[in-house]
Amino acid sequence: MHSFGQRANAIITFSLTIVAVICSLASFSDNFNTPSPTAEIEVSNFNWFQKQRNGNDEVSLTLNISADLQSLFTWNTKQVFVFLAAEYETPQNALNQISLWDAIIPSKEHAKFWIHTSNKYRFIDQGSNLRGKEYNLTLHWHVMPKTGKMFADKIVKTGYRLPEEYR
Amino acid sequence: MGWIGDSLESIRSIHIRQVLTQAVSLGMIVTSALIIWKGLMCVTGSESPVVVVLSGSMEPGFKRGDILFLHMSKEPIRAGEIVVFNIDGREIPIVHRVIKVHERQDTGEVDVLTKGDNNFGDDRLLYAHGQLWLQQHHIMGRAVGFLPYVGWVTIIMTEKPIIKLRIWQFIRTCKVDDISFLKM
Repeated sequence: MHSFGQRANAIITFSLTIVAVICSLASFSDNFNTPSPTAEIEVSNFNWFQKQRNGNDEVSLTLNISADLQSLFTWNTKQVFVFLAAEYETPQNALNQISLWDAIIPSKEHAKFWIHTSNKYRFIDQGSNLRGKEYNLTLHWHVMPKTGKMFADKIVKTGYRLPEEYR
Repeated sequence: MGWIGDSLESIRSIHIRQVLTQAVSLGMIVTSALIIWKGLMCVTGSESPVVVVLSGSMEPGFKRGDILFLHMSKEPIRAGEIVVFNIDGREIPIVHRVIKVHERQDTGEVDVLTKGDNNFGDDRLLYAHGQLWLQQHHIMGRAVGFLPYVGWVTIIMTEKPIIKLRIWQFIRTCKVDDISFLKM
């Protein structure tokens, strides 16, 4: 008849198949969620603005971020990684994306938040193009599932402008 | 002298068929693993389509032993994406998130800065000495999918070779049709 090895093998194969099917179903079910997140971003202050010794502009600013990302969460969501990036174009670069602040939201209860913060990562340009520069602030989020496919999207806020003079 | 030859003969007649079956089944495992691996390489365009997370620098998103599926498309790298990159002079690739991107106007080349979600500072300390940015050629792919815990199989196998040996012995005692789950 069947040996112990064959029986163990059959059980493991069967259970692994079932787990794989459940995982793919869980990942697939994320497609039925149509999120409707909202965000407001305000630059409340430019703390300082100067040219570094190597010629790159650097600015420090204070941000007010309020967002409601609760609708991103489904039963297959492990966490949502959210970050705010400054995005602008310069003569040299077609796109500059500088992450200013980020956070990990572990659960739906924490997904509606308001935060007042200065930039967590340094806002440094490649060159000296920041005076009077118009830029977008974009709130990006990456949904990390418990298993399966990752999702990402963003809200773009336009019409922000840096000061004309160093300070 | 005669009895040695006789017993050798009897051993041979019993075992030669069994040994052949085992050889064939081993060959089947190795080749089917190779086919799946190379097939994934073609589909994803990445030279290593599946990677195992080895460190906790992306916790709580990715833990040690999780598996990531990579994709290498022509689309340019953007901030927030999780990329796998190789640093010159380092053997093990790193999985971290992009936090800064500068894309050239004329050539379309990118300068990228990365950071692990669980690390305090950015990755410039990990890069080669004097290197400030990653370029496109450092990047092996971006993570698109995620499977928890499965990578522990490979971690245990590389760190405890005795278990690898046991598994091989187990496979060799099974028949070919029974081992479908081990082909991955």
